[in-house]
Amino acid sequence: MVENRPWLTVATHVVLVIGVLIVAFPIYVTFVASTHSLFDLVRIPMPVLPGSHMVENYLQAISAGLGEASGTAAVGAGRMMFNSLVMALGIAGGKIAISIIAAFAIVYFRFRFRMVAFWMIFITLMLPVEVRILPTYKVVADLGMLDTYGGLIIPLIASATATFMFRQVFMAVPDELAEAARIDGAGPLRFFWDVLLPLSRTNIAALFVILFIYGWNQYLWPLLITTDPEMVTIVISINRMLSVGDDQAEWQIAMATTMLAMLPPVLVVVFMQRLFVKGLVETEK
Amino acid sequence: MAGINLRGVVKAYGKTQVIHGVDCTIADGEFLVIVGPSGCGKSTLLRMIAGLEIITDGEISIGDRVVNDLEPAERDIAMVFQNYALYPHMTVYNNMAYGLKIRGLAKADIDTRVRKAAEILALDDDLLRRTPRQLSGGQRQRVAMGRAIVRQPSAFLFDEPLSNLDAKLRVQMRLEIKKLQQNLGITSVYVTHDQVEAMTLGHRLMVLNGGVVEQIGAPIELYEHPATLFVAGFIGSPAMNLLPARIGDGGDRVELSGGDSLALPPGRFAAHAGQTVTAGLRPEHFEIVTDDQSVARLAVDVVEQLGADTLVHGHFGNDRGSLTVRLNGTQNLQARQVLPMSVRPELIHLFDADSGRRLES
Amino acid sequence: MEKRVVFRNPVLPYLLLAPQLIVTLVFFIWPAFQALKQSVLLEDPFGLRSRFVWLENFEYLFANAQYLDSLSITAVFSVSVAALALSVALYLAVQADRVVKAAAVYKTLLIWPYAVAPAVAGILWLLMFNPTLGILAYALRSLGYDWNHQVNGDQAMVLVVVAAAWKQISYNFLFFLAGMQAIPRSLIEAAAIDGAGPARRFWTIVFPLLTPTTFFLLVINIVYAFFDTFGIIHAVTQGGPAGATNILVYKVFNDGFIGLDLGGSAAQSVILMAIVIGLTVIQFRFIERKVHY
Repeated sequence: MVENRPWLTVATHVVLVIGVLIVAFPIYVTFVASTHSLFDLVRIPMPVLPGSHMVENYLQAISAGLGEASGTAAVGAGRMMFNSLVMALGIAGGKIAISIIAAFAIVYFRFRFRMVAFWMIFITLMLPVEVRILPTYKVVADLGMLDTYGGLIIPLIASATATFMFRQVFMAVPDELAEAARIDGAGPLRFFWDVLLPLSRTNIAALFVILFIYGWNQYLWPLLITTDPEMVTIVISINRMLSVGDDQAEWQIAMATTMLAMLPPVLVVVFMQRLFVKGLVETEK
Repeated sequence: MAGINLRGVVKAYGKTQVIHGVDCTIADGEFLVIVGPSGCGKSTLLRMIAGLEIITDGEISIGDRVVNDLEPAERDIAMVFQNYALYPHMTVYNNMAYGLKIRGLAKADIDTRVRKAAEILALDDDLLRRTPRQLSGGQRQRVAMGRAIVRQPSAFLFDEPLSNLDAKLRVQMRLEIKKLQQNLGITSVYVTHDQVEAMTLGHRLMVLNGGVVEQIGAPIELYEHPATLFVAGFIGSPAMNLLPARIGDGGDRVELSGGDSLALPPGRFAAHAGQTVTAGLRPEHFEIVTDDQSVARLAVDVVEQLGADTLVHGHFGNDRGSLTVRLNGTQNLQARQVLPMSVRPELIHLFDADSGRRLES
Repeated sequence: MEKRVVFRNPVLPYLLLAPQLIVTLVFFIWPAFQALKQSVLLEDPFGLRSRFVWLENFEYLFANAQYLDSLSITAVFSVSVAALALSVALYLAVQADRVVKAAAVYKTLLIWPYAVAPAVAGILWLLMFNPTLGILAYALRSLGYDWNHQVNGDQAMVLVVVAAAWKQISYNFLFFLAGMQAIPRSLIEAAAIDGAGPARRFWTIVFPLLTPTTFFLLVINIVYAFFDTFGIIHAVTQGGPAGATNILVYKVFNDGFIGLDLGGSAAQSVILMAIVIGLTVIQFRFIERKVHY
């Protein structure tokens, strides 16, 4: 800051702290709700301090969910988190794998239909799932991939963004490095494996962080193709817990599940902040 | 070990031809420097020898094999790049070992070769464990050389390997490369735009201009008998003065455009009497004279005292074209002074004004 | 820009591209083509036969009051989300930029909502505004304002806008802060020497220099509000009450997947596609992207 006025600095900090608190407030309320019994929770007003039922609520959420009684099958958050994890890892890994080799082909080879391939990949940018819900569902159904991990993952792994990012990364690799590798007798695959891949390590890691979050947070797609409770992901399960018609929803279990659904991606962002920011910036360029 | 043979080598990108048929035989163990201004095609020619550019026409052979269709790795060459092209994520040791690993050499053999190369280049164990990022410019340069040496190739190819170094280091590394080449006796082709580097390193020089070979020869030969105006202007520092002139009717004098004239070796240019030419006078060949038989009066514009010698910039008579003269030692000279100058007849170069080719008797 | 060095191999590049292209063809281009085809066909009630009806499906859509409502709801929703998320983020970023050393700390404290799924963000706010047990609904009620988004359409809209904007603030904050930190200090100092106070410096120097960032974020936020907020709507209001939050993306899902109106849903898909294409073109045309081909 150019001015040196202490009160201004204090005011700035106050504003920022209020901002942080407002941003964090919903999470706090959710956490509080996940630590009370339903009986305490529905008293008006809702408690503002954490209660004593945290362990039991979370245990129930992880192991059994709402149980048979509430109409949904007894699939706990544990199983659903596992499904989410498989989906998130599959999407992140799959996108990176097929994008990096596609970018390698486009940058380091000249071949017929190269531009056609480039534009085909580019077009995927303009076709989010939301604009082709029914026909895509039909393709997946015809391929027998409903309620499978393959069905959750594969249709989402084409990625123009990741391909373009790797293209940028490869374009920045000096030509002489590829020439030196050729003189050293390395063929294209060897060069890819020994030189390009190690050089792209941090880019891969940054992209992985972003894509993991993207994959974990998928909503529409799992909603469409999973009907088997064993295959439901945690993010879409919460809504099912709350849609109980006229019955009183089991808010405390739903909120414990919500906390669990948020935890992995939030931890990833907090602990891998540098990679996360790098990934965000790179995928937008 | 092998010589390299270029026969009618042509490079074209689509319809634009950039190398117009180069012929050259490089003997086994010879150090050939390809020199020329930027864009003359010298790097392209080197990269064609390396196999990094496709040969449009003609033939390149290394040893007794025609290599036109061989991959770079199969040509038994090693290359040192301008930016070194070291693999940034590998240690120095692995940078040198990488090509050998791909060739499938045994671990022990690789280790022996890398250690030996490291010893030649004075790279200690600590350096071998570092990555290129942690090295100075000179050290990177050495590693790039090391990567070439371990391959024990038939030929070294250098693509302006010193141009990324500062002036002092460049002189030092130049000397090291020369010694190394002498000791290993491996055929080398070296590309540079720096004529001093070219003169000091090469057994022979190839002067390339616009994709055409102007002249191939030993450094001194190029200096003493430049075949073309281009070579005359390119080799030597400060550059040769090139002045519009005419050979006198008797064929024994060259008349400079300023009005003065200098004596030529008697009889040698008799056949060219009256011809319009370009006269080439090296700055270091001028001397101040007292007789008036062969003299050109230099009007001094600027004097630069360098200690060991003195550079005088001036012009002849009413000719405004500037020229440079180098005199030994310190000279007590002032601007606007007029100096009687001469060049010994046998040191005067004459070029056809139209073709730019050297006039021989 | 092209590489000087290329490898020559007749098969390898095709093999390397195959996985990406197969997924693209099977799950992107083919379904999109189907949607296009479906949008000009009308199926009989049993799904046995369909006939070509030109643009009838589109004409029907644009004559349909519900669809036109959905269009204007989407416009209100996305503009509100973008405006709220951008202004709050910009305000916080300006503050954070002032406390140079602590900026990194606030960054860490503010960026994590990005990791929260839109649907989950919806749930968080749903809990707070739940008419019976929500803490904010209670607070509003005690101030004399009756909150029930389950029956009041405007309130439902406010709720989803707040939830959607909340999640996007962190992203905008990050880019605004980076944009501001990229402005040379000397420029700000020169303005200070010229006698411009903090507010004046912001509006005459910082904000104009941030224009590219702002424009980029505006497009990103609109795209986000259009497509990525499906989860929020689905989890919080299901498009209700009485269609008050029925944005286009939710409507296309609802009509097609729940209502099984193939032609109408396909026509809606095609319109959405046109919107994405428009937004993508804007992104690539007017925002300096590094992808040039």
